[in-house]
Amino acid sequence: MTVPRYQARVLVNLRPSVLDPAGEATRSAASRLGVDGVGKLRIGKAVELELEAPDEQEARRRLELLSDRLLANPVIENWTLELQQA
Amino acid sequence: MSVGVVVFPGSNCDRDVRWASEGCLGIPTRYLWHEERDLSGLDAVVLPGGFSYGDYLRCGAIARFAPVLESLVEFAGNGGRVLGICNGFQVLTELGLLPGALTRNRNLHFICEDAPLEIASGRTPWMQGRQAGERLTLPIAHGEGRYQCTDDTLKQLQDDDAIAFRYVDNPNGSVADIAGITNASGNVLGLMPHPERACDATTGGIDGRPLIQALLA
Repeated sequence: MTVPRYQARVLVNLRPSVLDPAGEATRSAASRLGVDGVGKLRIGKAVELELEAPDEQEARRRLELLSDRLLANPVIENWTLELQQA
Repeated sequence: MSVGVVVFPGSNCDRDVRWASEGCLGIPTRYLWHEERDLSGLDAVVLPGGFSYGDYLRCGAIARFAPVLESLVEFAGNGGRVLGICNGFQVLTELGLLPGALTRNRNLHFICEDAPLEIASGRTPWMQGRQAGERLTLPIAHGEGRYQCTDDTLKQLQDDDAIAFRYVDNPNGSVADIAGITNASGNVLGLMPHPERACDATTGGIDGRPLIQALLA
């Protein structure tokens, strides 16, 4: 019996209260490119990974631990998880 | 009486720290490779500046899982003195030995200059009897030194008198001009400025000496 495989994407973003100077610089470059109307621009990270786990509940548990303890720093970042069976 | 200096892959101030402690001040010093666990015989441990593990993911995020740091948490819990400088400060926050986080400088620049500092608290032995309000100048060299924390954490730092140093002229956007903090009990200090680069009178002054001397005080 094969262990189910999951594909996950964890999106890590700075908390809204944390200044994002890189996002601000990118926004000003957008206007220099001639693209008007760009409002808020915030830069985060997307972590894509594959995981083997007995079931979806267990996969979710491991990914939540991973996101909370390694992929994001809860002091400055939020994360969201997208999960699907491969 | 001796001091350990942790060496991660990517550390680049480990030798500077040893030059300051052993070369300038005669304090017996040994390196601790990141895979070591044995801290026996040490009175203090320094986490030096640099780019541990390439600073992948976030500064200090991977270093946090180094075997030597498991021993360090225990060492700090037993009252051992721990000094985190620059990247070492970032590691201490990721590790949870100090609160808050260090983020990208407000102006996005890597800032490398002398920074006037004010001693914000004379409570801990790190200050060697110097009083709050006194000033010193130490070099800074960082791209991600903007100290961030929640309002609750800031209040806790103030209540604990745990803000050790403030910038006189905030270079990076840190909350409350914070350049360095201690834990509540005072044995763990993290700061972005580099005291080890201000221990040799021929290169950069000697304002950093008290902090290095305090490792064994």
